[in-house]
Amino acid sequence: MDILSLFVIVPILTVLALVFAKNLKQSRVIALIGMAIQFAMSINLIFAYIKERAVNTDIMVFTKDVLWYESFNIHYSIGVDAISVVMIALTSIVILAGVFISWKIDDLPKEFFVSLIVLSSGVFGFFISTDLFTMFVFYEIAVIPMYLLIGIWGSGPKENSAMKLTLMLMGASALLSVGIFGIYFNSNADGGALTFNIFEIANVHIPLAAQNIFFPFVFIGFAVIGALFPFHTWSPSGHASAPTAVSMLHAGVLMKLGGYGVFRIAMYLLPLGTLTWSNFFLVLSATGVIYGAFGAVMQKDLKYVNAYASVSHLGLVLFALLMLNKTAWTGAIIQSLSHGLLTALFFALIGMVYGRTHTREIAKLGGLMKILPFIGAVYVITGLAYLGLPGFSGFVAEMNIFVGAFEHPDMFHRILTIIVVSSIVVTSVYILRMVGKIMMGPISDEAYTKLPKATWYEKVGLVLLMIPVVLIGTMPLGLSEMIKASIQPFLERLL
Amino acid sequence: MRSEIGLLAIILLLVIFEVFSNKKQKAAIIPLALILLGINTIIGFLPLAAGELFGGMFKTNALLHLFKTTLSIGVLILLLQSADWLKEKVVAENKATEFIILILSSLLGAYYMISAGDFLMFYIGLELTTLPVAALVAYETLKQKSAEAGVKYILSSALASGSAIFGISLLYATTGTLFFDGFAEVLTMSNLSILGFIFFFSGLAFKISLAPFHFWTADVYEGAPINVASYLSVISKGAAVVILMIVLFTVFKPLMPIWSKIIYIVAIATMFVGNLFALRQQNMKRFLAYSSIAQAGFILLGLLSVDQLGSATVVYFVAVYIFSNLGAFGVVQAIASASNKENIDDYEGLYRTNPKLSLLMMLALFSLAGIPPLAGFFGKFFLYAAAASKGYYVLVFIGVVNATISLYYYLLVVRAMFLRKNEDAIPYFKSKLYMKLGLVMAAVGILVAGLYSPFYEYIFSISNSFLN
Repeated sequence: MDILSLFVIVPILTVLALVFAKNLKQSRVIALIGMAIQFAMSINLIFAYIKERAVNTDIMVFTKDVLWYESFNIHYSIGVDAISVVMIALTSIVILAGVFISWKIDDLPKEFFVSLIVLSSGVFGFFISTDLFTMFVFYEIAVIPMYLLIGIWGSGPKENSAMKLTLMLMGASALLSVGIFGIYFNSNADGGALTFNIFEIANVHIPLAAQNIFFPFVFIGFAVIGALFPFHTWSPSGHASAPTAVSMLHAGVLMKLGGYGVFRIAMYLLPLGTLTWSNFFLVLSATGVIYGAFGAVMQKDLKYVNAYASVSHLGLVLFALLMLNKTAWTGAIIQSLSHGLLTALFFALIGMVYGRTHTREIAKLGGLMKILPFIGAVYVITGLAYLGLPGFSGFVAEMNIFVGAFEHPDMFHRILTIIVVSSIVVTSVYILRMVGKIMMGPISDEAYTKLPKATWYEKVGLVLLMIPVVLIGTMPLGLSEMIKASIQPFLERLL
Repeated sequence: MRSEIGLLAIILLLVIFEVFSNKKQKAAIIPLALILLGINTIIGFLPLAAGELFGGMFKTNALLHLFKTTLSIGVLILLLQSADWLKEKVVAENKATEFIILILSSLLGAYYMISAGDFLMFYIGLELTTLPVAALVAYETLKQKSAEAGVKYILSSALASGSAIFGISLLYATTGTLFFDGFAEVLTMSNLSILGFIFFFSGLAFKISLAPFHFWTADVYEGAPINVASYLSVISKGAAVVILMIVLFTVFKPLMPIWSKIIYIVAIATMFVGNLFALRQQNMKRFLAYSSIAQAGFILLGLLSVDQLGSATVVYFVAVYIFSNLGAFGVVQAIASASNKENIDDYEGLYRTNPKLSLLMMLALFSLAGIPPLAGFFGKFFLYAAAASKGYYVLVFIGVVNATISLYYYLLVVRAMFLRKNEDAIPYFKSKLYMKLGLVMAAVGILVAGLYSPFYEYIFSISNSFLN
């Protein structure tokens, strides 16, 4: 068995083992073992990748190719470059932390972990695929368990949020499928056979007219899950209704599928379409950044603040991708990582606060730092990292993005960049206000003084997420060099 | 001809058994019929050489043979799912043999219909498929709705058959032949032949319940016993789709500029009608009726690609659809026979009392909605691919929009079963052996037919056998 397929097989085996679990204790232990193996494999993958990269100069390493549907030329073909490796690592960290955070889930625990891990298997499969069809299959597998996860274990208007989220994401994947057909049936433009293989298609010169037609389909298809304005509306309500671990996984990992897909499929396979459409989508994503930031300022509910903040920060990822240069792209990928970790941290912390105080309203919370020192400290650090304090991952990402954005000398890009940079200020406003209100200040409710301290599993979950944030922030060079090497082929496509 | 003779022998054996058995032995008819049909199905897996009989009136080839075997599996699952119902409700009235014989006769008709080599054989097959089902729809004679459904079905299908044979006579008037072979060479684009085609097409469209010929569907499904509704939606529809494909691809090839436009419009209308009407249904049978109308609309996408790809995707989708729909209908049947409930509201909280049934229902509905890794996803994706291969991107776009709409109402059922909590949910019940077998077979089909690619590849490799 090869090193990559295991990332799909281990979750499937975990799910099969979970079927036999009888109660919460057994389910969580099985889930923990499975995801811990997954985590260990992803750490191993990083080192194996660095080792392999030194001797192997292919775009993708650890490739494997199995014929699946002969008549359509569909393959189960897999491989990774630095971008997929870091995404896989991110996913395995967030899912492991998610299992810890869900340690005490009481209603239907077995089903909860099954859905969560099915979702993660879809995400892992998505990141290792190099075949459009296989990738699409994994993408949909990752989306559909969200319906059950939000609908059964969520809170608030969970049924509507779950339905809205599922329909919007599946609607987007419907658009995506039209785009995929467009690419597939044009993949013989140079006279070869029709193919779904990404790297074979990359060698084909798809006609400009087809690229211009199908680029928006593929782009929007992926960007909806990346919360592109104005298709972001599923995200705030979905995140607010979802249970903690699901919010973490969704905002932390699932939304990254959008940026990754845009980069790997839309921009890589349809470079001419990208050039035609980039300014249009650039305006949309810039609007999303600003809109999300101001939206977050207005919110009264902690989860909504974070959900709108995600719209803003992921808008930044798309913005950076559309800037079409190496620095901005590096920034986009680091931003994906950084946002994945930080937003997962935020949702985990909000879940802990909510689990104790039973409210998420900013107005009702106050002075939690004195009562819950560990949670409070992590909350403050996360907040500071989120608004881009040097020394944490957020700074590295945003620095790269804006330096890259300023490389464009023309008026249009300059103005947009200046507008988008100003969102940093707005970010500080809502983060500092929120952290200040709920952590510092007077204790708002006497009953809060008796709140239980953070438990061991909560601490493990938080620390797990915190370590990479600090690592990226303090030692960004290794990571960005690794990513830059993998970005090169993308750059060559566009120039 | 082997499958037909086998089926006929089963029917005759059952008649003989019915005549010579005493009252106590009557219940044995069910296992007997199941075993015989099972044997005939297994024999169907043996390869059969292509050939023709009766001077070309009856033709068979690998694709048709495979499809007959699929239909046979479908009927086997269906009979397994209805065995308990038959035992409890029908054996007492001494009518079980009739039920089985009528179903098998209709299946025999479907065999003849898809194997037809000329329009007369086609017409005989069509009638033999329809008439026994009309009796079955009105099977629960004491229920008013059932009787009403029976009348509705017989009237509308008589009209449809009349329309079809009128079309055939017009076509005969233009060409002077009824044989499929060589028909395309003498068929020319003329007003009369187009008129003939349209009448013929409307007749078949009734059977497939394509818009605007779908009005009978929901009422008949609701009134009919569940297994008969299930039969109508999978077997009789599936057979009609396949013969429609065969005649469009061979006999009516000269009229392709006309019929491709008709199919294009009818596909859009059928998808929208089926999906939009399904949104607000409460009764599971009506719900599945509209969902099956919508599914028929999707199938038409594959017909627009007149080549190996088109025929392979259509046959594959119908096979997958048979499994998915039988899964859904099977669960409805199991629940209805245990608790007499068949409304979506009644399913609230079902997962907490009957987890296995709910899971199967979810699988079946997700397969119908086209969610990977279930078979329905592959079926739908390949149908879109067939349409896209001929450049019908707009139609594919309309199709995927409709697939998203359909996901909404499939999720409504999932919501009732999984998301809702209910104090008086349908209590836990144990399904009997036959029902379990029937459900498991459907579930295996849903899970395996997509991921296991040789199934599709085999269909693809033989699907050009009727194209020339």
